[in-house]
Amino acid sequence: MLLVALAAVSLFIGASSEVTVSGVASGDDEALFLLAASRIPRTVALLLVGAALGIAGLIMQMLVRNKFVEPSTTGVTEFATLGMMTALVLWPGMAILPRMAFVSLFALAGTWVFLRIIRFVPVRTLVLVPLVGIMLGGVVGAVTTFFAYRLDLLQALGQWMQGSFSSVMRGRYEFLWIAAVMMILAWIAADRFSVIGLGEEFATNLGLNYRRVVAVGMIVIAVITACVLVTAGVLPFLGLVVPNIVSLMIGDNVRRAIPWVAGLGAGFVVACDLVARVVRFPYEMPLSVVVGIVGAGLFLWLLLRRRGRVH
Amino acid sequence: MIVLTGATKRYGGSTVLDDVTTSFGEEGVVSLIGPNGAGKSTLFGLVGRLIAADAGSVSVDDMDVSSAPSGDLARTLAVLRQDNQIAARLTVQDLVEFGRFPHSRGRLTSVDREKIDEAIAYLSLEDLRTRFLDELSGGQRQRAFIAMVLAQDTKYVLLDEPLNNLDLRHMTEIMKLIRRMADELGKRVIVVLHDINFAATYSDRIVAMREGRIIADASRDEIMRPEVLREVYDTDVEVRQIDGRPVALYYA
Amino acid sequence: MSTEVLTIRPRLWRRPQVRIIALAAVVALLAAVYLFTGVPGSLLFAAKVRGLTIAAMAVVAVAVGASTVVFHTITQNRILTPSIMGFDAFYGLITTVMVFAFGATGFLSADSMLLWILQVGVMVAFSVVLFTWLFAGKRRSIHLMLLVGIVLGTFFRSFTEWMQRMLDPLDFQVVTDAMFASLTRPDPTLLAFTATLVVAACAVLVPLLPQLDVLTLGEPAAVGLGIDHRRLVMTLFLVVSIMVAASTALVGPILFFGLIVANLAYSYSGSFRHRWTLPTAVLLGLVCLLGGQLVIERLLGWNGTLSTVIEFAGGAFFLYLVLRKGAR
Repeated sequence: MLLVALAAVSLFIGASSEVTVSGVASGDDEALFLLAASRIPRTVALLLVGAALGIAGLIMQMLVRNKFVEPSTTGVTEFATLGMMTALVLWPGMAILPRMAFVSLFALAGTWVFLRIIRFVPVRTLVLVPLVGIMLGGVVGAVTTFFAYRLDLLQALGQWMQGSFSSVMRGRYEFLWIAAVMMILAWIAADRFSVIGLGEEFATNLGLNYRRVVAVGMIVIAVITACVLVTAGVLPFLGLVVPNIVSLMIGDNVRRAIPWVAGLGAGFVVACDLVARVVRFPYEMPLSVVVGIVGAGLFLWLLLRRRGRVH
Repeated sequence: MIVLTGATKRYGGSTVLDDVTTSFGEEGVVSLIGPNGAGKSTLFGLVGRLIAADAGSVSVDDMDVSSAPSGDLARTLAVLRQDNQIAARLTVQDLVEFGRFPHSRGRLTSVDREKIDEAIAYLSLEDLRTRFLDELSGGQRQRAFIAMVLAQDTKYVLLDEPLNNLDLRHMTEIMKLIRRMADELGKRVIVVLHDINFAATYSDRIVAMREGRIIADASRDEIMRPEVLREVYDTDVEVRQIDGRPVALYYA
Repeated sequence: MSTEVLTIRPRLWRRPQVRIIALAAVVALLAAVYLFTGVPGSLLFAAKVRGLTIAAMAVVAVAVGASTVVFHTITQNRILTPSIMGFDAFYGLITTVMVFAFGATGFLSADSMLLWILQVGVMVAFSVVLFTWLFAGKRRSIHLMLLVGIVLGTFFRSFTEWMQRMLDPLDFQVVTDAMFASLTRPDPTLLAFTATLVVAACAVLVPLLPQLDVLTLGEPAAVGLGIDHRRLVMTLFLVVSIMVAASTALVGPILFFGLIVANLAYSYSGSFRHRWTLPTAVLLGLVCLLGGQLVIERLLGWNGTLSTVIEFAGGAFFLYLVLRKGAR
């Protein structure tokens, strides 16, 4: 199935070029430029986002041992939004890249706060970790909403948060390469994350510094979330549902699951993007909406087709 | 009598329990032995109505487990499972009290309290009554769960690897307790055991399983033979007579 | 003598009954402050109006507190709320569809009673369908049901988002306003109906409390102790759905503070038994709502929404507890 996903993905890459000019083969200068500056970065971005979010979600669920968390359960999204609002208020004319960097800084600061707080959580009660994330997100989100409401920025913020790839092009998506690095890190550390998922005594017994691995995992998750958020906004499903579906299909071995999660996530995002661009051609629907609608159908089918078989 | 007729259970492509037909209830203590994955826990799951059979039927005292009211079954049969993870913070007292639920539905009478105290005393948990489960050692927690099963006061008691995490003294004490449950209290106990010497010493009947089937079902002396044990465990086991009792040696 | 006092107080404090009474006293105090202070004109008139708000708060606190705690026990997961089943999202969808179909004026001028019945009916129907579809069959699983709920909830949200893009600004404003919970000036008739529903749900819930306690041991142990797991969870889920639907139809999406309130209740109540955690959650809910409303009215001069204040204060308090001593 992984092969099918990859094949489909490369097919889409081909199709996306066709949307404007099929004369790429003829060496048309303009077409090639479009390809290089817009199409390819966009497709690459889509792949990276889909894969990265899925992996971040997988790690989060593994570390916290709860299948209903997603990367945003660390409060990172709310901190990033606060950063965005601050940027809009203080430097309304800021260019895209500096703004992305600024927002990322906020996101990283948020991660740091989150990590400091969970240090106080006794390892015994692992369930507190996502709760802390949710509460932290709630607090920061409340502050942001409060000021945004007063300053009438709610709609602007809402638009920024909405997942969309229409403005993704060369010069704007490079942050995702950081996410790619994180994914590689996750792949390398996959076994450690698996062990952590088994519990502290087990982990310490195998020579792992439990807290440090958890911290590293959280950083990976937060960085990925920040990069994706800053580049493309919020996309539903990928962090929570994709890892769950893969877990239902092939179990909880992290190392084995990572390629599946990445493949499913990436393929899914690329497919949705195509739909988003094609459905009301030449206008583009926001990706998060398409993901929400198409994804719902797809994931429902995936979740329910196993009903006949015993778990 | 616990009667299984053609009980079968499949997970995905593999058959974990393969057309098992047998009955329990005449002997006081029956040991269920076999290698990992033989289907022992699955059998318990079927009898305890925790898992539904794919084929065949299971009945307890003429009650079909798939249709009988769960409350009636709970007063007849108690199961101690292998893994016991609880999210809430309970004390030992809280846990053992739960054992009375099938009888009292939450309102504890003096009879209930008596049984609870008895169970706690049997398992020497008096000093640990008010301690939280997550503060106990693995063995202490195990004893607390056994106490809960004991408090449930049922005719049939199914214990899935009750000796896990217990130290030497407590392992022997639990086995002696099981023996007393059968001899003094008239219970019918089925225990899944890994240590066949314990099985040999304390049970009236030994049932050996392998790959979802019962491959041997007899008294201690008949099972405790090298050729039988090799069938069951796929390894060579020496059996010596010590003080008139068969003892298996598999340490070297 | 002084050491005696020191040992008596802590021991007394360990009893859940005492803790609840203390909490109830705090609630009473807050209610009194809300009712009788800062009154510009006639005390009686203000008290009547505010009394209605307090009644609405009580109904909502019961609905949200109880439903969240019960939901936690059913799912064995304390970071979830019933909103994960898509309730809030479904409400948003219904509202948007109605505004879309009938226009802002049509929506606003609709008979509020009819609207309420429609919203409650549709939300409960949705959850019952979802539940029976996924849980009553042979391959029942709460895990699956939750996942499907999440997927559907996201679907509703995205669909609503898409529809909202097609609304004109006035219609959009109406929808947004409806999506912010507001407890002030509730319709007395609607309040009465909601209260009746919630009370009826509680009447079903109270006799089930001992069984709920057993449910905390997990499904296998509960079955072993004679609980008819499927029937119990179905009943509980219906109770939760009714409470959530009724309170959402009355005041808008309000489930956000359930998480705060339930988790605080577990550590504050001093017991795992639902006969203590449920009332504690309800009382804490009242503290949040009363306190939040007071902050908005008296401190912030009506700037800000209830959800903002509660999420901020509740979340901060929770984090404070964690920092002070790894809360359990």
